[in-house]
Amino acid sequence: MNGWRCRRGGPARRRGFRAEGMALFIEQLVNGLTVGAVYALVALGYTMVYGVMRLINFAHGDLFMLGSYFGFTLLVATFVGSALPLWAALPVTVLASATGVAILGVLVERAAYRPLRRSNRLTAVVSAMGVSIFLQNAAMLVWGPRYRAYPPWAVPDVRWEIGAVHIGFMQVLILMVSILLMAGLYLFVQRTTVGAAIRATAIDHDTARLMGINVDQIIRLIFVIGPGLGAVAGVLLGLYYRQIHFTVGWSYGLKAFTAAILGGIGNIPGAMVGGLLLGILEMLGGGYISAAWKDVFVFLILILLLIFRPTGLLGERVAEKV
Amino acid sequence: MASPRLGPGLVPGRRISGLVDRYSAWAVAAIAVAALVFPMVTSDYWIDVAVFWGIYVLLGLSLNIIVGEVGLFDMGHMAFFAIGAYTTAILSGQLGISLWLLLPLSGVAAGLAGYVLARPIIHLRGDYLLIVTIGLNEMIRISLLNNPWGLTGGPNGVIMLDQFRVLGLTIQKPIHFYYLVWVFVAVSMFALVRLQRSRIGRAWNYIREDEVAAEAMGIDVRAAKLLAFTLGAGLAGATGTVFAAKLVVISPESFTFMESVILFCIVVLGGMGSIPGVVLGSAAMLVLPEILRNFAQYRMLFFGAAMVLMMIFRPQGLWPSRRWTTKLQEGEGE
Repeated sequence: MNGWRCRRGGPARRRGFRAEGMALFIEQLVNGLTVGAVYALVALGYTMVYGVMRLINFAHGDLFMLGSYFGFTLLVATFVGSALPLWAALPVTVLASATGVAILGVLVERAAYRPLRRSNRLTAVVSAMGVSIFLQNAAMLVWGPRYRAYPPWAVPDVRWEIGAVHIGFMQVLILMVSILLMAGLYLFVQRTTVGAAIRATAIDHDTARLMGINVDQIIRLIFVIGPGLGAVAGVLLGLYYRQIHFTVGWSYGLKAFTAAILGGIGNIPGAMVGGLLLGILEMLGGGYISAAWKDVFVFLILILLLIFRPTGLLGERVAEKV
Repeated sequence: MASPRLGPGLVPGRRISGLVDRYSAWAVAAIAVAALVFPMVTSDYWIDVAVFWGIYVLLGLSLNIIVGEVGLFDMGHMAFFAIGAYTTAILSGQLGISLWLLLPLSGVAAGLAGYVLARPIIHLRGDYLLIVTIGLNEMIRISLLNNPWGLTGGPNGVIMLDQFRVLGLTIQKPIHFYYLVWVFVAVSMFALVRLQRSRIGRAWNYIREDEVAAEAMGIDVRAAKLLAFTLGAGLAGATGTVFAAKLVVISPESFTFMESVILFCIVVLGGMGSIPGVVLGSAAMLVLPEILRNFAQYRMLFFGAAMVLMMIFRPQGLWPSRRWTTKLQEGEGE
């Protein structure tokens, strides 16, 4: 589960704790927000699939990982990296890998989840794990079992100093992109007709069908949006940490899923809040308590939350069906 | 720990029969002979595969109590296995306690941990319980990795020096382990089949099929679930002792979330609540990849695809439990 090996040597820590007090706190906060934004983007995929299908899509983390690899390949091996200027290459890479992963997401839904939609939930969970194992090993076969590194030229080495606080270009980029995407998604789901159809499907498939909603199409759409966002997160994180590995799907997927639960699974703003909160808690816990125990800290909070508020922070109480 | 209170609605079955009665005596005898002869006609490599198969059967049986019999989603079962293995390795190393004593001791330690950890979370429903158990698994694995009080040796783990001894014979060779492990498997299977047919076993299945109705019938659902969790954790812990003796070096990487997922799949692939299913399920998850070693690169790829296909075309598992299909007979359950 230590997929991103260079994590501890990440941009903040490499400089050591030079900054003191308040500045250190703000830097940790920004680090937390950066990682949290990535968690939130991935968590959205979990929460939307769960909201509409009541399925924990264990393969989602691996789709996110594939997004990271697609971005890597596009930047390194094709014309995108060498022919286009950087400001154009990055958006093209992100869009292309999001499209690729979205197509994969739809295929996965068609092959592994649709036949099981009417069967019990455990069957679907095992099927999702099968997909996850498949994707992980496929990635290992294609890109090899070693760590792969994003090219250094892909990230402009721009840094800002505000007082004693250092903020990197990637951190700003990740925050901006993810906030834009999240706001867009929120407006899409809340304000458009298709968004209303998604919400209706989440409440009750049969009634939604009676209202003339094509449930299959809505689910397909969910599997375009979720994995697409996941792929964006994958490329961004690849650029941020530089190194990628085929096992990051598990580790980041687990964290993102935790974030989704933290905010209340099935709840879109919940996933955003949960992701950001988890990132901040993790970085502050890692910075001020102990880096080695940081994950224990995260899961402890999750368990305490589930004991005292099982529906998550923003979740509504749903009576269990009898 | 209180055994589940059973209401007047459930009378103990009159035809409590053993393993032999149900799955014809001849088949059992044939399998027993084959199991006895197997290590004499094959290489150490395959005996080792069979040893690990046996260990996973034991683990699968322990998880089957929780996932299969009661329907609780526990995807962090490796945590209890780890507690058992580390209890064994640490106590054996520091205090020199005999492994035969550590076997029940590790079981009790893991069972106790299971009880304490499950108590506050046992009321959570399906998916929430799943994610909490995943969290527990990770917490325990990371704790072991962080070497608390210098006991667990961090990522390097703990070395076991002691071995099982039977009548002056030290259990060291693969073939010895083979017999040891499969004797444990046979004993556990026998005990668990009996348990499955007992009042407790039937109460568990009732909870799995319909929790509300079970509660209405007077079953103390909470106590029954806790009992299952404690027993399952305990059996996994005792298996940890065998694992520690076999592996010699116990380190956190043996107890990852991925291993818990494999265990979970063993139970579901074999057939929920089916004891022979666990044996087949662990063969499918462990032995099959070994046989396919020639295609080493692609085997896990096929394997993932096979899991999906299996769930689509045979969701009830390889050897479904009879209780899924048979209806209550006349007079029973009145």
